[in-house]
Amino acid sequence: MLQHFDPNKDYGTPASLSENLVTLEIDGVEISVPEGTSVMRAAALADINIPKLCASDNLDAFGSCRLCAVQIEGRRGLPASCTTPAEQGMKVWTQNDKLAKLRRNIMELYISDHPLDCLTCPANGNCELQDMAGSVGLREVRYGFDGENHLDAPKDTSNPYFTFDASKCIVCSRCVRACSEVQGTFALTIDGRGFDSKVAAGQDEGFLDSECVSCGACVQACPTATLTENSVIEMGQPEHSVVTTCAYCGVGCSFKAEMKGDKLVRMVPYKGGDANHGHSCVKGRFAFGYATHKDRIRAPMIRDSIDQPWKEVSWEEAIGFAAKRLKAIQAEHGRESIGGITSSRCTNEETYLVQKLIRAAFGNNNTDTCARVCHSPTGYGLKQTLGESAGTQTFDSVMKADCVLVIGANPTDAHPVFGSLLRRRLREGASLIVADPRHIDLLDTPHLGDATHLPLRPGSNVAMVNALAHVIVTEGLEDTGFIAKRCEDDAYAKWRAFIQDPRHAPEAVEEVTGVAADKVREAARTYAKAPNAAIYYGLGVTEHSQGSTTVMGIANLALATGNIGRDGVGVNPLRGQNNVQGSCDMGSFPHELPGYQHVADPVARGRFEAAWGVEIDHEPGLRIPNMFDAAIAGHFRALYVQGEDIAQSDPNTQHVEQALRSLDCLIVQDIFLNETAKFAHVLLPGSTFLEKNGTFTNAERRINRVRKVMPPIAGKEDWEVTVALANALDYPMNYAHPSEIMDEIAQLTPSFAGVSYDKLEQQGSLQWPCNDEHPVGSPIMHVESFPIGKAHFAITEFVPTTERANRRFPLLLTTGRILSQYNVGAQTRRTDNQVWHDEDVLEIHPHDAEERGINDNDWLGISSRAGHTVLRARISERMQPGVVYTTFHHPHSGANVITTDNSDWATNCPEYKVTAVQVEKVSQPSDWQKNFHDNHQRQHKFLHEAKPAAE
Amino acid sequence: MAYRVYVPSDTTAKALGADRLAASIDALAHEMGDPLEIRRNGTRALYWLEPLIEVDTPEGRYGFGPVKERDLESLFAVEFWKGEVDHPLALGLVEEIPYLKRQQRLTFARAGVIDPLSLDDYKAHGGYRGLDNALALEPQVIVDAVKESGLRGRGGAAFPTGIKWQTVLNAPADQKYIVCNADEGDSGTFADRLVMECDPFMLIEGMTIAGLAVGATQGYIYLRSEYPLAQKNLNAAIETAYANNLLGENILGSGQRFDLEVRLGAGAYICGEETSLLESLEGKRGLVRAKPPLPAIVGLFGKPTVVNNVLSLAAVPFILDRGAKAYADCGMGRSRGTLPFQLAGNVKQGGLVELAFGPTLRELMFEFGGGTRNGRALRAVQVGGPLGAYLPESQWDTPLDYEAFAKIGAVLGHGGVVMFDDTVDMGEQARFSMEFCVAESCGKCTPCRIGSTRGVEVIDRIRAGENVEGNLELLSDLCETMVDGSLCAMGGMTPFPVQSAMKHFGEDFVKHTSDAQALAEEA
Repeated sequence: MLQHFDPNKDYGTPASLSENLVTLEIDGVEISVPEGTSVMRAAALADINIPKLCASDNLDAFGSCRLCAVQIEGRRGLPASCTTPAEQGMKVWTQNDKLAKLRRNIMELYISDHPLDCLTCPANGNCELQDMAGSVGLREVRYGFDGENHLDAPKDTSNPYFTFDASKCIVCSRCVRACSEVQGTFALTIDGRGFDSKVAAGQDEGFLDSECVSCGACVQACPTATLTENSVIEMGQPEHSVVTTCAYCGVGCSFKAEMKGDKLVRMVPYKGGDANHGHSCVKGRFAFGYATHKDRIRAPMIRDSIDQPWKEVSWEEAIGFAAKRLKAIQAEHGRESIGGITSSRCTNEETYLVQKLIRAAFGNNNTDTCARVCHSPTGYGLKQTLGESAGTQTFDSVMKADCVLVIGANPTDAHPVFGSLLRRRLREGASLIVADPRHIDLLDTPHLGDATHLPLRPGSNVAMVNALAHVIVTEGLEDTGFIAKRCEDDAYAKWRAFIQDPRHAPEAVEEVTGVAADKVREAARTYAKAPNAAIYYGLGVTEHSQGSTTVMGIANLALATGNIGRDGVGVNPLRGQNNVQGSCDMGSFPHELPGYQHVADPVARGRFEAAWGVEIDHEPGLRIPNMFDAAIAGHFRALYVQGEDIAQSDPNTQHVEQALRSLDCLIVQDIFLNETAKFAHVLLPGSTFLEKNGTFTNAERRINRVRKVMPPIAGKEDWEVTVALANALDYPMNYAHPSEIMDEIAQLTPSFAGVSYDKLEQQGSLQWPCNDEHPVGSPIMHVESFPIGKAHFAITEFVPTTERANRRFPLLLTTGRILSQYNVGAQTRRTDNQVWHDEDVLEIHPHDAEERGINDNDWLGISSRAGHTVLRARISERMQPGVVYTTFHHPHSGANVITTDNSDWATNCPEYKVTAVQVEKVSQPSDWQKNFHDNHQRQHKFLHEAKPAAE
Repeated sequence: MAYRVYVPSDTTAKALGADRLAASIDALAHEMGDPLEIRRNGTRALYWLEPLIEVDTPEGRYGFGPVKERDLESLFAVEFWKGEVDHPLALGLVEEIPYLKRQQRLTFARAGVIDPLSLDDYKAHGGYRGLDNALALEPQVIVDAVKESGLRGRGGAAFPTGIKWQTVLNAPADQKYIVCNADEGDSGTFADRLVMECDPFMLIEGMTIAGLAVGATQGYIYLRSEYPLAQKNLNAAIETAYANNLLGENILGSGQRFDLEVRLGAGAYICGEETSLLESLEGKRGLVRAKPPLPAIVGLFGKPTVVNNVLSLAAVPFILDRGAKAYADCGMGRSRGTLPFQLAGNVKQGGLVELAFGPTLRELMFEFGGGTRNGRALRAVQVGGPLGAYLPESQWDTPLDYEAFAKIGAVLGHGGVVMFDDTVDMGEQARFSMEFCVAESCGKCTPCRIGSTRGVEVIDRIRAGENVEGNLELLSDLCETMVDGSLCAMGGMTPFPVQSAMKHFGEDFVKHTSDAQALAEEA
C-alpha cells in the first residue's frame, strides 16, 4: 500500500527501504508496511500515535524512554514499539490499563527530576515532555521534589544562537544521536552514568569550545527546553510558518521559516526538503539576522559622482535617473557601451529578467554572472563531454556510492549538509579519495574507513586527473562495455592513444603533482574497481588556468569507468552559491540564451526574438573581465550589477577598482552598501530571500521554491526593480508574480518546459530537465543516452600555469572558504557567526613559518605580482610546505588584491587557487588596506548623509 | 627423586599467603638439600582450607590445610611430603574430601590439579581432545552436539547455547565473532575467575570450538580489569596456544583460523550485560543496546556474534570430548549438565561446588556450606547475584533447577550463593539493591536511571517511618515500573531482591513503626 508521508509529522523511527511488505494489526487496525518498519512507525502510519520521547524519525531507534511500550500477542512483557520490528501477523495493542499505568509511572519518574516552571519555560507550547505528561494523564508526583535532582544544573550560554539548560534535560540522547547520526560531528556525548548521566559537549568544555559546528541538529532534536534557540527564548513560540529555500550555498536546503507576524523567529530545516531531509548548517539555521540588520539599504539612492554623498530618493526618481543615464551613454558611446551582471544569489526569475533586460532593453549580449568566477568551467567542460552543463546526480545518490573521489572541494565547510550526508556514507564503509593541497576535515571523519589523501601541488589538477586516467587505461580497468555503447568511438580512440602515453603516468608527473606515484595508482584502482564510484568537485577544480580541462578530465574518468547514468556514481560539481546552477541555466552568460542555447543558433534565437518582440544580437557579448578591460579602455561606460560584489570577489582588486572608477554609471542593486556600491552612482535596495517569491536551482538541478515571509524592506522585490528599469528604458515588462516569469522561461527553455509553480507546489521540487519526456523531472541524468547522443572523451593536455613559484615569490597561495562565513561575508559578517571567524588569516606550514621567523598571530605582508596585503599568521599543518592559504570573507583582508588576472583558457574563470607569493613579517597594514579603510569611512559618511534632513 | 609439592596459585590462595608459603617451603627444602619439587597448581576452591598444600604419592594427592607460615616447621618435622603423616592439618587424600568428592566436577575437573599454564598438563588431563574431535566435524554437527548437551547460558540468562550458536551459524556474514563474557561482577561469584586462573586452556579450547562451529575467526575475551591474574594467565596461555598452532591461521594444520585476544573492561557492572559489553568492546560507552537485533545477528561491529559466559564456553570441550550425552546425562528437567555454584557470604565452608542440577538449595548451603561461619541461624540467602531474590527458609528446599527457581520468582543466575545470618536487616539489603542499581545503571532507560535513585529515597522514607503506607505502595509501583519498563535485566531485575525482601521480611522495613500490616498487604 502506498503511504502518505507528512513531513510535519514525526513517525518515530526512520522509514524502511525494504520492498517486502508485512501486514500486522495494531489496535484492531490492519496495516501493511515495509519489512523492517518499527511497530511505532507502523502505528503512526495508521494514525495511531504511541507516546514517545526518545524516538524521532531522523534517528535510529534507541529505546530509552520506555514510554512507547506496547503489548504484543504472544510476547512476554511490554516491548518498546520503537525497537520492535513489525512482523507478519503481529497483533499489537497500544492502549490498555497496564500500559497506561506503566507510562504514567515512567512520566512520574521523569517529572520528579524536572523543573515545574512550564508557564515561564521557553518551550511552553512546544514541549514533547509537556505533551506526553498530558497524554499519559500524570496528575501527581508521589516522589516529591526534595529527592536527588538536577534542578540546579548550570546553563551553558556559550553558543551565540542557542542555550543549553541542563536542568531541563531528560537524557533522551536525541541531541547526542543527532550530532552523531545526522551531522556526523560526534561533538556531544553523555558523560557519567546512571542518574549522573548528562549531556556534555566535547570533553565537557561547553558548546562553543567543543568540536560543535552549530548545525542546530541537537536543538531541533531536543524534546524539551534544554536546547533552545535564543531567538525563541527572547521572542516566544512562532505562530505560523512558511516553507522556503535557504539562500546560502548550492545545497539548497528547505527550511520552515517560523514566524510571529512578519518577524522571523527561527529557521527550522524542513523534513520535506528533498536536498536536506531536515538537516541544516550554522548558516542556514541561524545566520539570518543580516536580513533585519541596521546596515540594510532601505531606500533608493543616487549621486552624480562617487565622491559625493548619497541622496535618498523615491523608486521612480532612482529608476528614472538610472534609465536616463543609460540611454544617454548608449546614445553617446553606442549600444555596446553598457551591460549588466546577474546574480547567483538571486532567484531564477530575477536572473532571467536581468539578462532579458540586457538582451532586449540594452540591446546587446553584455550579460555575465558571478558564475563566471566560480563554475563557468563546469558549464563548459560538462557540455563538451556529457552534453549538458550540470551535475549528473541527486545528493541522495551518494548513499549508493562505494567510492567517493573528492577533488578540490571542502564539503564539510562549504556544503555542510551534503558533507554530513557524505560522512554518513563514509561511516557506512564507502572509501574516500581526496585530491586537495590541504588536509580537509573530511579526511578526519569519525569512523572513516579506507581513505587516501592525494596532497597535490596547486595547479597540477590536470596532471593528476590524467595520471588517474592513465592508470585506468593502462591497467585495463576501463568499462569497455559502457564505452562501446555510450561513447563516441573516434573521440575515445584519440583520447585512449593520448592518455596511455607514458608522459601521463603517475611516475612521470610525480614531480609536478608532488604525490607519490604508487598512491596515485592505488587511488585510480580504488576508483575504477568500486561498483559505484562518484566524483564530487568544487572550486579547487574550476578556479584555475586549466579549470575547464580538469572538468573534462573528470568527465573522462567517469566515462572510462562507466560511472555515469545510475545511482551512486556521476560527476557532481558542488556549487558555491545558492543559485549558481540557476543563474547559468537562465542565460546569464554572454553567449547563451536560457537553457544553454547559443545566441548564434538562429532557431533558438528566433524563438526568443518572437517572444520578446526584439531582435537579439547573434554575437556573444562581453564577459566580466572583458567588461573591466573595456571600461578601463573607455568604451564600456555603464554597468547594472544585481547582487554581486565584484569589487570584493573578483581577482586583482586594484584592477577591478580601476575599472569601476572608469564607469560613468554604475547601478548596484544590493541589500547592503557592499564594496562595489562604494563605486556606484545608483544604489537600489535589494530584497533578501525572505522578502520575495521565486525559485532557486541547487547543485543537483533541483528547482526549489523561495517563498516570501516578510515584505521587502524597501518596498520592492528584486524582480520588480528590474521590471521598473526595463519599463523606464521603454522596453515593456509586465509580470504580476514570479510564477508568470517562470511560465515564460518554461515556454522558451526546453529543459524547463514542464516547470510551473503549480507543479512545484505539488511535487515540492523538480530537477530539470523537466519536460514532456520527464514530467516530474530527472533525478539522475544520462541514464539511457546523452543530450549529444554519445559522450565525448576530451583531450586534456596538461599545460602548467604561468603562475609559478620563483625566487621572488616562492610560495603558492590558494584560497577557500570556512564553515561559519559565506563568500564575501556580506551576510554572515552581520550575524553572530563572527564569533567563529572575525578575520581572515594566512595559514602557513610550520616549516615555512620557521624559515621566516613567523609565529602565530604575527602580522604578515603577502605580496604577489598583482598586489600586497597584510593578514595575521596562523601556523597550521593542514597545508603542505610551500603552500599558504587564506579565505576572503572580510573585505579589508584584501585577499583578492593579491590574486592575479590569470584565468581559465576557455571561460576566463579566474585562477584564484594559484598565486605565487612571498610572505614576510610586517608591522603595519598595506597601502591598499589603508586606502580601503579611508574610502570605507568616506563612503559610509556619504551613506549617512543620504537621509533627507529631519523635518 | 624429589617429592612433588603443590602450592595453589589462584588469587584467593595468594591473598591467603600462598606465594610466601611457596617461597618458604622452597627455602626450607633448599636447606635440607632440595628433596622437594614445588609445583604451582590452580586451586581446588575449597576456600576454608586454603592455602591447601598437596603432595603427590602413589595413592594420590594428600592435602594439608589451611597452612600458615607457622605450620611449616611442624609439617617439615613430620615430613609432610610423604603424604599419610600425622599432623593436625592433614586432610588425607584430597579427592576423598567429601566436599570435593560429592561434587560432579565436569568443568572444574582439572582445577587445582594441573599447572594452569602447562599445555602438557592440560593435554594429559583430557585437554584439546574436544578440539581434535571438532576439527573433524562439520559446523552443524558441532552446533548439534551443543544443542543435544542441553547446555544453557551460564552467565545467568540460561538461554540454550546451541540455539544461539545456530543463529550465528545461519547468519551470512564476511566476519563473525566469538565474544567471551568474562566481566564476572555478581557479588559472591568467582567461578569464571577460577576457570581463567586455573584452567585457561579450557576456555581457549571452548572458544576455538565455538569459532569452528559458527564460522567465526576472531574471538575476544572481555575481562574485568579487577582480575589481573586471570589476564596474565590468559595471555600466557594464548601465547602458548599460538606457539603450538592451537590458535592462529592454521589450527593444528586444519587450514582453519581462529584468533583470540583479551580485552579489559573498566569497572562497570553493566558491561557484563552482553550488549553493553559489545559497545564497550567497540570502544564506546558501556550503554545497553535495544534488542532486537540480537547480537547473534547484529553483534560486535555489527557482525553476527556469539556472546557466551566463561562457564558456557568452558563446558564445550567436555561436550565435544565426551559427547553431548555425557553432559546431558547430568541434571534434571530442562536444566542439563552441571552448574558450578559458589558459596559465599556468611558461610562456614565457602568455595566452588559444581553440581549436576537437582539437589536442593538447603543441601548446598548446609551439606556443602556447613551453615553459617559464625554459627548463628541462617536467615536469608541471595542466589544469582545482586539481582537475585532473597530466599527465606520456606524456599530453601527448592531444587537447584532453572525452572524450579523461576517458579518461586528467583533465579540461579551465575550460581552465586550469598548467605546471611539472623542479624541481617533486610530493609537495608533492599535499599542496597536499589543503591547498587544507582551505582551501576548505564543510565540509558528512564525506569532504571531515575527509578533506582527514587527507590533508595522511598525505602529510606519507609524505614524512617514517613507515610509508610503510601510509600510502600509507591515502592511497589516503582518495582513494577522497573520490571515492566526497563531496557535490560539490570533495571528489570533490581526489584527482585526488593520485592522478595518486602514479601518475606516485611517486618524489617517497618520495625520503626507499627505499620507491618500495610506492608504485608502491599506485598
